[in-house]
Amino acid sequence: MHPAIYNALWLEPVIPFASSFVLLVAGRKMGRRAAAWLGSCSILASFLIALAIAVAWDGAPFTQTVWHWIAVGSFQVDMGLYLDALSVVMTLAVSFVSFLIHVYSTEHMRESEGYERFFAYMNLFVASMLTLTLANNLLLLLLGWEGVGLCSYLLIGFWYGDEANGLAGRKAFIVTRTGDTAFILGLFLLFNQLGTLDIQPLLQRAAAHWHVGAAAAEVAAFLLLGGAVGKSAQLPLQTWLPDAMAGPTPTSALIHAATMVTAGVYLIARMHGLYELAPAALFAVALIGFATLLLAGCSALTQHDIKRILAYSTVSQIGYMFLALGVGAWSAAIFHLVTHAFFKALLFLASGVVIHALNDEHDIFRMGGLRHKLPLAFWCFVLAGCSLAGLPLITAGFYSKGLIIWQAYSSPLGTTWLWIGALTGAFLTALYIFRLIFVVFYGSEKLAPQHFPGPAVQWPMVVLAFLSMVAGFIDLPVALGGGEHLSRFLAPALPLVAQARPTALGEIGSEVIAAIVFFVGVYLIYLFQLQRPSLTETLMAGGFTQGLHRYWYSDWGMDWLYDRALVRPTIAVARADQHDVVDLFFAGIGALCGGLYRGLRLTQNGQVRRYAAWIAAGAILLLVVGLW
Amino acid sequence: MPVLFGFAAIIAIVATVMAISRLNAVHALLYLVPSLLAVAVAIYALGAPYLAALEVIIYAGAIMVLFVFVTMMLNLGEASKRQEQQWQPGRGWIGPTILAGLLFAAFLVSLLRAGPPTAAHYVGPHDVGLALMSTYVLGVELASMLLMGAAVAAYHLGVAVVGKQQKAAETAAKVGTP
Amino acid sequence: MTHMGLLLAAVLFVLGLAGLLARRNLLMILVSIEIMLNAAGLAFIAAGAAWNQPDGQVMFLFILTVAAAEVAVGLALVLQLHHQTKSVDADRANRMRG
Repeated sequence: MHPAIYNALWLEPVIPFASSFVLLVAGRKMGRRAAAWLGSCSILASFLIALAIAVAWDGAPFTQTVWHWIAVGSFQVDMGLYLDALSVVMTLAVSFVSFLIHVYSTEHMRESEGYERFFAYMNLFVASMLTLTLANNLLLLLLGWEGVGLCSYLLIGFWYGDEANGLAGRKAFIVTRTGDTAFILGLFLLFNQLGTLDIQPLLQRAAAHWHVGAAAAEVAAFLLLGGAVGKSAQLPLQTWLPDAMAGPTPTSALIHAATMVTAGVYLIARMHGLYELAPAALFAVALIGFATLLLAGCSALTQHDIKRILAYSTVSQIGYMFLALGVGAWSAAIFHLVTHAFFKALLFLASGVVIHALNDEHDIFRMGGLRHKLPLAFWCFVLAGCSLAGLPLITAGFYSKGLIIWQAYSSPLGTTWLWIGALTGAFLTALYIFRLIFVVFYGSEKLAPQHFPGPAVQWPMVVLAFLSMVAGFIDLPVALGGGEHLSRFLAPALPLVAQARPTALGEIGSEVIAAIVFFVGVYLIYLFQLQRPSLTETLMAGGFTQGLHRYWYSDWGMDWLYDRALVRPTIAVARADQHDVVDLFFAGIGALCGGLYRGLRLTQNGQVRRYAAWIAAGAILLLVVGLW
Repeated sequence: MPVLFGFAAIIAIVATVMAISRLNAVHALLYLVPSLLAVAVAIYALGAPYLAALEVIIYAGAIMVLFVFVTMMLNLGEASKRQEQQWQPGRGWIGPTILAGLLFAAFLVSLLRAGPPTAAHYVGPHDVGLALMSTYVLGVELASMLLMGAAVAAYHLGVAVVGKQQKAAETAAKVGTP
Repeated sequence: MTHMGLLLAAVLFVLGLAGLLARRNLLMILVSIEIMLNAAGLAFIAAGAAWNQPDGQVMFLFILTVAAAEVAVGLALVLQLHHQTKSVDADRANRMRG
C-alpha cells in the first residue's frame, strides 16, 4: 500500500496550471504583489508536495490515473502520472529550481511591463514541465512537451514590442517544431508497432517483440532522438537557443538552462529501454553529444554577449548529458542534469544581476572591474563557474562531469576518442567561463553599476551557490570513498552501467586528468586575459585566427546555412504559390458575392412602378406554377 | 338574366378600357363610374341584389366621390394636360399588356379546368344579413375597427398637409420679407 | 352563368393590372387598384352564387370595406406627396441612387 501523500501527486502539475489560469484571467486586476505571491506560492506548493513524496518514497513505482482522456476503439490514453525514482528526482529538481527563480523574478522583473503575464507564463511552463516529467504515457508527455514549447515561445517574445524578440521566439518555435515532427512520427510508429503509448508497457513489449538492432526500434529511436535534439538544442537544431536569450533573464535561467532544454535528456533516459534495443541510435546520441559539446564550446569562446556565452555553454553541457546517455550511463546524465540546473541557473541569475546593474548592458567588453561593487554576483559567478568547469573535489560539477568523462571512457559503449573529446570540452569550458569572469569582474571599471540586488534576488542565489558546491556529494564515486547514492537511488528506474571495460586508466586517473585539464585551462586564460593581454593580441592578429574566430562566432555558420538552404527556398516557394487554386476558390466566393450584390442592387432603384411590375410578375409566375 | 348580364359586362369592359387609357384624370373618373354601375347590374344579374345596391352606394357613391375631391383639389384636370401628355405610356403599354395577357391566359386555363357551369342562385339580403351577424360577426367588428383606423390616419395625414400650409402662411405673415 | 361572371371578373382584373403598370400618375394608379379590387369582389359574388351561399357576398362586403379604407389613406398619402414634391408623379418619390 502506498503512502497517502502519493495521492497528492496530481496536484503537482495542477496547482501551477490553476494559478497560471487565474493569473491569465485576473492578473491585471490582482495587482503586482498578489500576482507575485500567487505565482511563487503555487510553485512552492508543488515543491513541497514533491518533497513530501520524496521523503515518503518507499521504492515501489506508483501510477495515478487522473482522467480517462481518450478512448477510441483500441486507442486508450489516460492522463496518468507515473512515480518512480527518476520522476522523484526530476520533479524535485524542477520544482525547487523553479521556485527559487520565481522568487528571484519577483524583484528582477519589477520594472518590466506585463509582470502578471510573466508569472502566468512561468507557472504554465512549470505545470507543463511537471506534466512532462510525470507523464506515464507518451501522449501526455507530448502534451507537456508542446506546453513547454509554447511557454518558451511566449516567454522569449515576452517583450513583444520589439520585433526582434518576436522573431527570436518564432525561430525557437519553428526549430523545435521540426524536431517535434520527428517525435510525433516516432509516436505513430511506436503505436503502430506496439499498440500502446503507455511508457512502461511499451518498453516491455518492445523488449519482447524486438531484438537488439531491430529496424523498427532503430527508426523509432532515431525519430524520438529528432524530437530530443530539437528541444534540447543539440546539433543540428541548436541554432535557436542563442537567439532565445532575447527573453527575460529568469526565463533564460529556468527554461533555457535548467528545465526545458533538459526535456530531451529526460525523454531519452525515460525511454532507455527502447534505446538499449537500438544501438545505432544510441551511438548517434553519443556522437551528437560529442560533436555538440565541442562545437558549442568553441562558439562560446568567441561570444561577447554575456547571455550568449551562457547559452552556448548550456548547449555544450547538454552535449555532455547526451554523451552520457549515448554510452549507457543513464544516471550520470541525470546527475549532471541536476547539478547543471543548479549552477547554470545561478550563472544566469548572476548575469541578470550584472545586466540589470549596468542598465541592460549585455556586452562583456563594455563591462569590467565589477568584483568590488557587485560582490554577490562576483562570488556566484566564481562558484558556479568553478562548478561548471569542474574545480576538483569541492564543486558539484566536478563530480557530475567527472563521472560522465569517466563513463565515456570506461562504459562498454565508451571509447577513448569520446573520452578525449569530453576532456577537450572540459578544457574549453574552463577557458570560456573564466574568460567571462575575468573580463567582467577584473580589469578597469568601464561602466558603474547603478542598481543593486535586494533580498529576493540574493537569497535564491545564495541557496543555488550552496547547492552548486554541495550537490556533488550525492553521487560520490566509490573510488573516492563515496556511496554513489544517486545512482543507486535511480537504479530501479535507470539501470546501472554494465561492467566497465578493462582500461588502462582507472577512475581516479580519469578524475586526476580532468582536474589537471581544469587548472591548465584556468591558468591559460588567466595568462592570456589578465597577465599578458599582448599574447591575446598576437594570437588574434593572424588571418587564420581571425577567420576561425568569425566562423566560431557565427555558430559554425549554421544559421547562414539554414537560411540559404531552408528558409529562403521555402519563402520563395510560398511567394510563388500565393495565388493558387485554393486561393482562387476563396477569392471566387468573394467575387461571386460582390457580383450578386452589384446585380441585385440594381433592383432597389426606388421606382414604385418597377416594384409593382416585379410583384405582379412574381405573382403570375406563382399562379402559373400552381396551375401546372 | 343572362342577357342583362352580358349587356352589363360589355359596358363594364368598354368603360374600364376607356378609364385606364384617358389622359385627363377627370375623364378617367367619369368613365369609371358607369363601369362600376355596370358591374352593379352584373352583380344583380348574378342574384345578389343587396350587394348590387351596396356597390352603387359605397363604391360609386363614396369612393368615387373621394377620388373626385382629390382630383379637383390637386387640379389634375385640364391644367395638367401637358404633364399627362409627357407621361403618356405609348410604348409603355407593351409590357403591361403582355403581363396582363399572361395572367388572363392563366385565368382562362383554370376556368376551363373547372366543372360544368352552374346557374346563379339567388341569395337574398336576409341570408346575407344572417350570415354577417352570426358567422362573420367578428369580421364585422374588425371591419369597423379598420374603418376607424383609416379615418384617423387620413385625418392625421391630411391635417399635416393643411397644417403645414397654414403654418407657412402664418410665418410668412409674421416675419414678412427680410 | 357563374362562369361568365368569373370571366368578367378576370377581364376586369387584368385590365386593372395593365392600367396599374402602365400609368405614371399616382391617382390613376389608385384608380386601377380600385378596378382590381372591384373585379376580385365580383369573382367572389359569382362564386357565392354558384354555391348558393351568402359567404361570397359577405366577402365582397369586406372587400368593399377594405377598399374604402385603403382609398381614404391612399388619397391622404397622395396629398402628402403632392405637398412635398409638388407633383403626383410616381417616379418622383425616389431618393435612392441605385
